[in-house]
Amino acid sequence: MTEMISVHDLSVEFQLLQSKKWPWSDAAVLKAVNGVSFSVDAGKTLGVVGESGCGKSTLVRAIAGLVKPSAGTVTLEGKPVNYSSRADLQALRRRVQMIFQDPVASLNPRMTIREIVAEPLTMFFPEMDAEARTTRVHALLDRVGIPRRNANRYPHEFSGGQCQRIGIARALAAEPKVLLCDEPVSALDVSIQAQVVNLLQDLQRDMGLTLIFVAHDLGVVRHISDEILVMYLGGMMEKASADDLVNDPQHPYTRALLSAVPVPDPDAKLNPEVLDGDLPSPLNLPTGCLFQSRCPKRFDRCTEQRPQPRFVGERQKACHLEALTV
Amino acid sequence: MLSVQDLSIRFRTPDGYVHAVNDVSFDIAAGQKLAIVGESGSGKSQIALSILGLLAKNAETRGRILFENQNLLDMPTSRINKVRSKEISIIFQDPMSSLNPYMTVERQLNEVLELHEGLRGRAARARVLEALDAVQIPDAKNRLKSYPHEFSGGMRQRIVIAMALLCRPKLILADEPTTALDVTVQAQIMRLLDDIQKEYGSSIMLITHDLGVVAGFCEETLVLYGGRVMERAETRAIFNAPSHPYTRGLLRAVPNIHAQDARLQSIPGQPPNQLHPPEGCPFADRCSDSRDPCFNNLPPLDAGRHQRACLRPVEELS
Amino acid sequence: MRTRKIMNSPAYAEAAAEEMINSRSFWVDARMRFFKNKMAVVSLTMLFLLALFAAFGQVFAQWSYEEIDWSLLGKIKEQGGPNWENGHYFGVDELGRDLYARVVQGSRVSLLVGFLAGILAVCIGSTMGAIAGYYGGRTDQIIMGAFNITLSIPYIIFFVVWQAFFGRSLEQMILVMVIINWTAGLLIVRGQVQTLKNKEFIDAARMLGMSDAKIIFKHILPNMLWVIVIYMSISIPEMIMYESLVSFLGVGIQEPNTSWGALISEGAKTMTFGTLWQLGYPAAFFVIAQVSLYYIGDGLRDALDPKER
Repeated sequence: MTEMISVHDLSVEFQLLQSKKWPWSDAAVLKAVNGVSFSVDAGKTLGVVGESGCGKSTLVRAIAGLVKPSAGTVTLEGKPVNYSSRADLQALRRRVQMIFQDPVASLNPRMTIREIVAEPLTMFFPEMDAEARTTRVHALLDRVGIPRRNANRYPHEFSGGQCQRIGIARALAAEPKVLLCDEPVSALDVSIQAQVVNLLQDLQRDMGLTLIFVAHDLGVVRHISDEILVMYLGGMMEKASADDLVNDPQHPYTRALLSAVPVPDPDAKLNPEVLDGDLPSPLNLPTGCLFQSRCPKRFDRCTEQRPQPRFVGERQKACHLEALTV
Repeated sequence: MLSVQDLSIRFRTPDGYVHAVNDVSFDIAAGQKLAIVGESGSGKSQIALSILGLLAKNAETRGRILFENQNLLDMPTSRINKVRSKEISIIFQDPMSSLNPYMTVERQLNEVLELHEGLRGRAARARVLEALDAVQIPDAKNRLKSYPHEFSGGMRQRIVIAMALLCRPKLILADEPTTALDVTVQAQIMRLLDDIQKEYGSSIMLITHDLGVVAGFCEETLVLYGGRVMERAETRAIFNAPSHPYTRGLLRAVPNIHAQDARLQSIPGQPPNQLHPPEGCPFADRCSDSRDPCFNNLPPLDAGRHQRACLRPVEELS
Repeated sequence: MRTRKIMNSPAYAEAAAEEMINSRSFWVDARMRFFKNKMAVVSLTMLFLLALFAAFGQVFAQWSYEEIDWSLLGKIKEQGGPNWENGHYFGVDELGRDLYARVVQGSRVSLLVGFLAGILAVCIGSTMGAIAGYYGGRTDQIIMGAFNITLSIPYIIFFVVWQAFFGRSLEQMILVMVIINWTAGLLIVRGQVQTLKNKEFIDAARMLGMSDAKIIFKHILPNMLWVIVIYMSISIPEMIMYESLVSFLGVGIQEPNTSWGALISEGAKTMTFGTLWQLGYPAAFFVIAQVSLYYIGDGLRDALDPKER
């Protein structure tokens, strides 16, 4: 297995300009992502889960170069990416493409489907002539299951699921190796969601794509991922293979998250591990463990020292506890 | 207590009529919990809005909605306003849309009491505190003077639930109450609704797209598709022995976290266009079991405890 | 027989199914909606006729707008009224000049100033607004600062001072109006860009490595062009109004050149002498232009604003 993309100690900070008291005073800093590291092998899928505000979307947006990382490195096919260099970014975007959360908003309402899917071709393959481009657009639309005769229609004439397929076709037009999926199915209905997940899996198998799949729905993430990364408050809590993480969660947060997932079975007990307390403000992170304010297993060391992610076998976890007992 | 009979709702648009709800009938007994499950565009929210007389202006309704033997559909607005929130209250998906950002929580809750029960001062305050305690807002007494934005999303939804509980309504309509919330919070809120239902004895009509939320919560479930009832039965029967192809497809499409299957079972195709609803079964063109008659004839809803609207017998379904 | 066979063949059915469905674009759709609005169509026709009048009206005039008809001087009240025989269709003004020719000239000036200054001002304002909205931060602060300063300038005083320095020509007039009104549409465009730039299709465009300029012109501009068009339709009558106001106050256009405002001003001065036509004709043209422009703007808003549908 060759490593496709790896992220080392990535952090993202935002300056909050509204928080400035005077035009010249310092802005408050929001730490959206706190030193996350992982690597994904070619053709594999990494799932990233967490609740809203945990920085999972910011993480993939930083990898894509849509927001600037404040620290850390991203290595693509063995070469580190310099996010300040235009040439590097251009090279990155030929290999890394993205699928967005809101399928309708991710398509320009004033462009036809044909123009939308052809746009990456004109950007990345300027030598392609008009005829070859049309053929390619049709092939892409066929691949994602949009009838070609609809190519001259506008996005608002399609349903959410179809718009997401068009978004996928656009991402594929660049012939990427890595596909970043930022909550691609959370805006879709269950029956449509399954179609899109299946399509992504087929594409991955046929084209050898590497996926980074962000979602808040553990069921979908578990289904599509080889490995799962759990994030909380911008930090990494646990990372393990999908089976291990679901069957034997070793971080208190992962366990709480899993217990809260509703199961479509009337005999299953609705018995989540209730998390007390509120999320601390990301403007003022605690010195110790990020999860301490809501952790049922908290002890003294948790408030003093932030646990660094460490390996326990194949698994990585950021917790002071050696083993999690029920 | 509540009986919806042959309810149809359609909206006038420049392109023609949009048939959102077609001939839907169901009853809710006192103290019962009914779930209405459907995907977007199935008309599930419109049913809740029609019960409260909150439909958009271009809506036309047919049928009857009987609440304690009074038809809500031909009641004048002034009477509906009385029933609304005193007898029936609603919890919306987005807590921020139900709360006024410029008013403290206490004033908003007081306002409800004053409007509907004429309560003021100390008596009102006691009731407000009681409701906030019921929804388990920690340190409620000191947070009365806070504004909605000072609470987290889950806490805000609790306040909305407290607001719905203030007048001890007989029926609570919960329209996707947890969709905007995280899973850990969702679990808390669902458990809270369950506790409250037991304590107050209200009926609950839960509207959701998430089968997982329904499973552990409601006794009875109604599955809606294309504005029509597809199946209606005890929740246990719906999950253990679904008898309608759509329900079956829906259940298979939910990824199960505890079983790693190679492929999700999806339902092919797209939901029907309500501007030109199909002549036959709305699900026919996505159904793997459909035969020619399905496209031309509207399947009737069986009578009985386990109702289904399908032309094909259960035994023949795949 | 043969043709029917071909039409029944599966290949034909496939070909028919493969036929492209062409949807109407937003602008085609908007044009249809605009032309359904009868008031807007009538107004557009009126404005067109007015433009024709301004452009070619001089052809039919028997006098030039500067020429004084000495034969009428001194008896304007009695003989200076509208008269087809002596060629003064609209009568003469206080100095014995042909009012028809002067209204044609005034229409030219007013429409020219209104359209040129209105369009130029909105273009500048929109560009600045787009830059402020797209880049945000310090750029935004500087542009918004300039915006606030401009708002605090009393424009009539500025106008007078400017004309005292640079003279009272038509070009100076347009220039100073653009300078005073460069903020037209700035706020609304800035707001639009701020919303649009956070839409995911802009992120998607950035993922394709597009330059900022290309993103603004290809993805942002087409989505807010309707705002700019509506704003222009509001700005043009506003500019005509400004021009008339300053001309009415006597600081606008230089005699013998004239404009609607100047003509109305002159007409108003002599109103009490009973020469009402001197006020009536220019005022009628002014009102027709303003009402037409207003209804056209209204029609555009109905046709273009997505919220109205």
